[in-house]
Amino acid sequence: MTQVATATITQAMITPFDVQKIREDFPILAQQVNGRPLVYLDNGASAQKPLSVIESMNRYYRTDNANVHRGAHTLGDRATADFEGAREKVRAFLNARESREIIWTKGTTEAINVVASGLAQSLQPGDEILVSHMEHHANIVPWQMAAERSGAVLKVIPLDERGQLLEGAFETLLSSRTKILAITYVSNVLGTINPVREMIAQAKAIGALTLVDAAQALPHFNVDVQQLNCDFLAFSSHKLFGPTGIGVLYGKANCLEALPPYQGGGEMIERVTFAKTTWNELPYKFEAGTPAIAEAVGLGAALDYLNALDRPAIELHEQNLLKRAQLLAREVPGMHLIGTAEQKVPVVSFKIEGLHPSDIGTLLDQQGIAIRTGHHCAMPLMDFFAVPGTARASFAFYNTQEEVEQLFTALQKIQRMCC
Amino acid sequence: MTQEQKALFVGNEFGASITTDEILETFSFLDDWEERYAYVIDLGKKLPPFPESEKIELNYVHGCQSQVWLIHYFDQDSGKMYLLIESDAMIVKGLAAVVLAAFNAKTPQELLAVDIEGIFNQMDLIRHISPTRGNGLRSMVKKVQGMARLHC
Ligand SMILES: Cc1ncc(COP(=O)(O)O)c(C=O)c1O
Repeated sequence: MTQVATATITQAMITPFDVQKIREDFPILAQQVNGRPLVYLDNGASAQKPLSVIESMNRYYRTDNANVHRGAHTLGDRATADFEGAREKVRAFLNARESREIIWTKGTTEAINVVASGLAQSLQPGDEILVSHMEHHANIVPWQMAAERSGAVLKVIPLDERGQLLEGAFETLLSSRTKILAITYVSNVLGTINPVREMIAQAKAIGALTLVDAAQALPHFNVDVQQLNCDFLAFSSHKLFGPTGIGVLYGKANCLEALPPYQGGGEMIERVTFAKTTWNELPYKFEAGTPAIAEAVGLGAALDYLNALDRPAIELHEQNLLKRAQLLAREVPGMHLIGTAEQKVPVVSFKIEGLHPSDIGTLLDQQGIAIRTGHHCAMPLMDFFAVPGTARASFAFYNTQEEVEQLFTALQKIQRMCC
Repeated sequence: MTQEQKALFVGNEFGASITTDEILETFSFLDDWEERYAYVIDLGKKLPPFPESEKIELNYVHGCQSQVWLIHYFDQDSGKMYLLIESDAMIVKGLAAVVLAAFNAKTPQELLAVDIEGIFNQMDLIRHISPTRGNGLRSMVKKVQGMARLHC
């Protein structure tokens, strides 16, 4: 057997995804919390950062830092190249047609606000904005504000008891009055993956604009905006293993052209006189003021990191984590899962009879396990399930089967303590 | 106020037979988190029942992840303030018991003189429960102190 052939065979026999090796890329994970090894299961709130992200920002500040697009000196050129290079990485990651379709924002929340406040100016009384009952407040409140300003009406797609969009409800609500469909790709509480591609096609057929909240989708699977054919898409860097303080609004060029600017100031203008100001071209029209440059660089590094991973292998690993959690949940008496959709990412919301979510969170923390408890910025969804809040374990690809087991061992311990 | 309710207030063991000193002493003997939390949860279970009819917005303590209610009764004759607290979360209820041991059945002046932060600091457990976690411990304390000021 030749050397090459041996190498191929060994390669094929390696487990498809070596999670222990991946964990070494995330320095924060190797620590003790309350005397126990940290088990970080709050990735839905914010994910941890690989060393390459941390180092990219460090390098940027050590070698290239200056303001962007101001010209005149070498550092400024480098900073601009880094910054625009990161924009190009986002374009490629989403498979957008042009990099001017990528607008930097503070995060998902700001991205949605840019669109909602812009569209509020053209919405008419009686126009309808369609959202779902599982939206994060970031995809509810900006639309409520737009509705209030314009006289438009917010319509809500109801859910079934598994936490999926109620079958047929979307089609019933969609009408010639629908001007915008604003829908989450993945629910932050339930993990439900919505059939956004089909919904977008239907919404487009009646001429509505479409916005996808991809904050919880991109950490788990790739999204191609051209395939999806959405008009707008929003996400946050910090949930995608990048730094806080930056996010993205993707918009089709013609949709962004038609949208009025969000904030006024430097960078977003073409020419300012006291008589009249004209807007800069895309994407700068939406980027008033000095942007988060180092953060853009960091996000670019996060995307490089993700691109180098085998995402199908990751998806399989994550689905295995989810399956294990769902299986173990059955063995905990009084534990109820909230959100049991057929298609879901590894997010497990639950309640345990006799225990308040905040008790669960505090007592897990004592055992080194970080989860989130509360309403998860989705109060209407809490009302739907008639709970004050849930406890939520949200997994990332660097979580292990052992950590899933530790979570459930810890939950059983809590039950013994309290009940 | 009915006689029955008055009896609930005045019969509260916390601040009477269950004192802060006793709690702090027991606490100092417990050396792992499990025992400490189990003890706090147990304290919460000893709280007198909270009247269902008083679970209204007026008595609600805001700023907690769990639901917390707080009512008081000022006894003109003795000049003492009696308190009842309720929560749907066990740990918060246990913390409420600690608060009551320190504050209940005291005159407003005595109550306001209590170094509650000092007590919390002596209980390692409570130091771990940061105010940002929304357990409402600080809101509870502020509300009680506010009530006491009204009777000064
Ligand atoms: C589905 C969803 N949309 C929007 C947001 C808001 O993201 P950010 O706070 O980063 O703007 C979140 C964050 O929790 C989310 O989960």
